[in-house]
Amino acid sequence: MSLADRQLAAPGPPALAGSRLAVVQDQRARDAEAAEAAEAALELIDVSKVYGSGGGTLLALDKVSLSVAPGEFVCLIGASGCGKSTLLNLAAGLDTPTSGQVRADGQRVALMFQEPALFPWLTAAKNIEIALRARDAERSGPATWLTGMRKAWAWRNLRAALRARSTRKAQVRARTAELLGTVHLGGFGGKRPHELSGGMRQRVALARALAQDADVLLMDEPFGALDAMTRDLLHEELERICGERTLSVLFVTHNVREAARLGDRVIVLSSRPGRVIEEYTVPRQGQRRIDSAQVAELAAKMTDRLREEMSRHGN
Amino acid sequence: MATRLLPSAITGLDNLELGPGRPAAERGRLASKAWAALWPKLLAIALVLAVWELVHLTGWKSYVLKGPGTVLARLWQQMQHVALWQVIEVTLKSAVVGYSLALLIGSVIGVLVARIPPLRAAVGSIITGLQTMPSIAWVPFAIIIFGENSSAILFVVVLGAAPSIANGLISGVDYTPPLLLRAGRTMGLRGFSLYRYLVLPASLPAYVAGMKQGWAFAWRSLMAGELVVQIIGQFSIGQQLDIDQQNLDFAGATSMIIVILVIGIVVDTLFTKADLALRRRRGLLDNAV
Repeated sequence: MSLADRQLAAPGPPALAGSRLAVVQDQRARDAEAAEAAEAALELIDVSKVYGSGGGTLLALDKVSLSVAPGEFVCLIGASGCGKSTLLNLAAGLDTPTSGQVRADGQRVALMFQEPALFPWLTAAKNIEIALRARDAERSGPATWLTGMRKAWAWRNLRAALRARSTRKAQVRARTAELLGTVHLGGFGGKRPHELSGGMRQRVALARALAQDADVLLMDEPFGALDAMTRDLLHEELERICGERTLSVLFVTHNVREAARLGDRVIVLSSRPGRVIEEYTVPRQGQRRIDSAQVAELAAKMTDRLREEMSRHGN
Repeated sequence: MATRLLPSAITGLDNLELGPGRPAAERGRLASKAWAALWPKLLAIALVLAVWELVHLTGWKSYVLKGPGTVLARLWQQMQHVALWQVIEVTLKSAVVGYSLALLIGSVIGVLVARIPPLRAAVGSIITGLQTMPSIAWVPFAIIIFGENSSAILFVVVLGAAPSIANGLISGVDYTPPLLLRAGRTMGLRGFSLYRYLVLPASLPAYVAGMKQGWAFAWRSLMAGELVVQIIGQFSIGQQLDIDQQNLDFAGATSMIIVILVIGIVVDTLFTKADLALRRRRGLLDNAV
């Protein structure tokens, strides 16, 4: 058994663990424990979500437990109806679980979608600036009449207030330029979303997510609508950007190769209801390529598992 | 290796995807574009004048119906006199004041109704009902309340325009893309800032469409009001038209109608231009346009 084979072996349910893999698995289990001890950046504990009430209920998620350690890149794959979007909404705090717990203690969570969801009336730079300003506003606490009065009071010294304002503006502008540079769009800040290509728009969206100073980045098939060449480049980009900071990522995708390419861990969900049925750990070891044998092999395994799951719904 | 190549590969792909860009429009092309927009209008005007002249030549109601030559000469002659401009000034003043009031009232009502669900349930359909109601029906009511003065006219103008403006704003808020709302909320936009940075800018196109429709209703209501409400010592376009009618002065009445038409079209064009600029900025326009 080659080294690559061993690294690709799915830990999965304990029963599947072969004797020769036991050592590796133990190590992995210890790693996982250590990661958990280090306080997960995002944790879902026995989370269930039921839509509707009375007769027409739909169990979208059934006791899903998962955690993302700080700096970890977790991919989530599943066939249609596995409740991926529901799960992300819950993790982002846009929705509340029917039962169970979502814990993202003190962590800022940013969300990216398949569509860039940029504000079409603003330039790329202004789109990022809004996120920066929203973050600043959030930091200074909720706006009440008291904070409003305090702000108004600051204007009694007009010149100082104006100076403070222009300093703030300059800071925001500098940070925006920096973020645009991060996603290699330095010269495109003045362009509006419709003037950019799909890949560029998605990078602006990524810069906007980074502007929120998030600790956890939730990504809902962010590269699903892009062509393979652009997607491949963006994988490397995302990897680099995540490597530059402690960013925990929960990345939802339909694309098994993408999951195998990017994830430190890949979680497979069943469909209707969504349950965690399999978990693969991929050791980080230099750069992976989407066309490498390692990625292909893991992708094949996941495809088989997913097909098995789909055929369960076929009869 | 691959990592070092990456930035230039990305920039290269960006440049390829954006293409060489369109060459800047030249002066000559601009002129030809203007001509392309102009000639259908000129042709339409010529056709109208031709049909008018034909009817005139048949001698139908020849004791009142004058030909376009006579009317246009009359209009030209009136334009040399200050009286016409004073009449236009009076009317435009009412239009500006009435429309501004309608804009203010319509916007406030629009925001409130869009934001407060019970209020929408209560008055949402009433606004649409008011919008479809011919504003001239309000004239007798306005005269009873305000008497025959400019307040009565303003009242009719506001009731004509405000519902359209409110409805435009409401539908704009309703049609804010849910995806953008989701994006805004995850960014931490809440309450007032969500409205200021997301909902209101997103609803601007529908709002402008409502304002444009509101103008059409305001102008109509104003003419109706001026025709019916007789204010002593203050001549407006509508009143002038009424006087011309009583004197069976066809040339005078027709030249007033032309003035009404031209003002209506000019203001409407301004709204159309604003709408186009808005849509171009947002990429909602075919590049060829």
